[in-house]
Amino acid sequence: MSIRNGLLAILSLGECHGYQLKHELTSRTGSVLDVNIGQIYSTLSRLERDGLVKQKTLTPSKDGQQLFVITEAGRTEANAWLFDPIADDRDVRNDLATKLALAVTLPGIDVAQILRKQRATDIQKLQALTLAKRKAKPASPAELAAVLMTDRAIFNLEAELRWLDHIEKILGETKARGLDTSLDLSTYEAKRGRPAKSNDKKIGETNV
Amino acid sequence: MSKSILISAAGLTRTFGSGENSVIALNDVAIEVQAGELVAIMGSSGSGKSTLLAALGGLDSVDAGVVEIEGRALSDLNAAESARLRRQSLGFVFQDLNLVSSLTIRENVALPLELDGIPSKAAAAQVAAALEEMSIAEIAHRYPDQVSGGQRQKAAIARCFIGQRKILLADEPTGALDSRNSEDVIRMIRNKIDQGLAGVLVTHDAKIAAWADRILIMRDGAIIEEINSAAGVN
Repeated sequence: MSIRNGLLAILSLGECHGYQLKHELTSRTGSVLDVNIGQIYSTLSRLERDGLVKQKTLTPSKDGQQLFVITEAGRTEANAWLFDPIADDRDVRNDLATKLALAVTLPGIDVAQILRKQRATDIQKLQALTLAKRKAKPASPAELAAVLMTDRAIFNLEAELRWLDHIEKILGETKARGLDTSLDLSTYEAKRGRPAKSNDKKIGETNV
Repeated sequence: MSKSILISAAGLTRTFGSGENSVIALNDVAIEVQAGELVAIMGSSGSGKSTLLAALGGLDSVDAGVVEIEGRALSDLNAAESARLRRQSLGFVFQDLNLVSSLTIRENVALPLELDGIPSKAAAAQVAAALEEMSIAEIAHRYPDQVSGGQRQKAAIARCFIGQRKILLADEPTGALDSRNSEDVIRMIRNKIDQGLAGVLVTHDAKIAAWADRILIMRDGAIIEEINSAAGVN
């Protein structure tokens, strides 16, 4: 979630000052969005620039706090964010996925070992999250928010573990079919780029 | 002082079939589970996890190896002694078909006490407490096919721990349940283990395995990896 949308959603409840928004954001997201106050204020000034919030008065109150109020445009944007489904395509570049896809093409790399280590790490993380959940008895909205975040991490890890099992199965079947998954360097010649110096080592001579 | 080991096994070996078609289901497997400890066994189908559980419970014979329950080797006992030890020490929970369909939930939970010859008055109090603990007291008078899958599993767990039983052996106890009921059931198992019992749990669900103190990964009849919770086992 962007801080921007989170602030708008909170401001739709009523006017708030910066530190208050920081606290609200933290307690409503299981401390996942615990951002520094500077970021809160820089986001508020961008929201103000875009006409989504405005300062309640031109000068800060006696205690130096400036109150922010959501505008109609801000309210519309907050609602759009809440109710529009999120089409998240950033996960396509997931680090683990790209690492495994690449590893499969590298000759001599033991992908099964990579999978084993990842699985052990994931399971340990899952155990730690489960322990946190075992002790949690949500008695307040903020605690419930924290449990939701823990559950989300648990379900994500479970999905990743099932995916790792799936990869292991596919690689096993591929091996059984006798298919070599390694990909040698192509003979693609760059038409542009830095010309090789004569004393440069050629790729392939370096250690793998 | 080290905690007491409630169930242990060493050198467990089991082969199915013979000659070229033989399959090694267990290959020199060792395991120890302490009081207050829950151990999960994971692995793909055919990795030997259910065979191991059956061997630990004396439900299946092994070609070699020793199983000790509360310090007594199953192989040193005659059939009647072994059966009694298993009935009084071990509780089993499977994915399904745990309960006798012609008995009510209360009668199912009371069954092990009845077999042990516990007077019915004393048994009734224990059963009531067990039903209460598993939050199924209100369905005690119903038959298994009149309650939900989650409630059936809770009854199976209540029955499993009734009396002096200290060891739970569970094979996919949440396999037929949805996510919410699975969590209720594993939470109840965990609570019982935390009271000083021991458990071995076979599961393919990592979310369930994560409730265990240790997770053993099996492949081709052997334990290939042991994952301890980061907090460690006391």
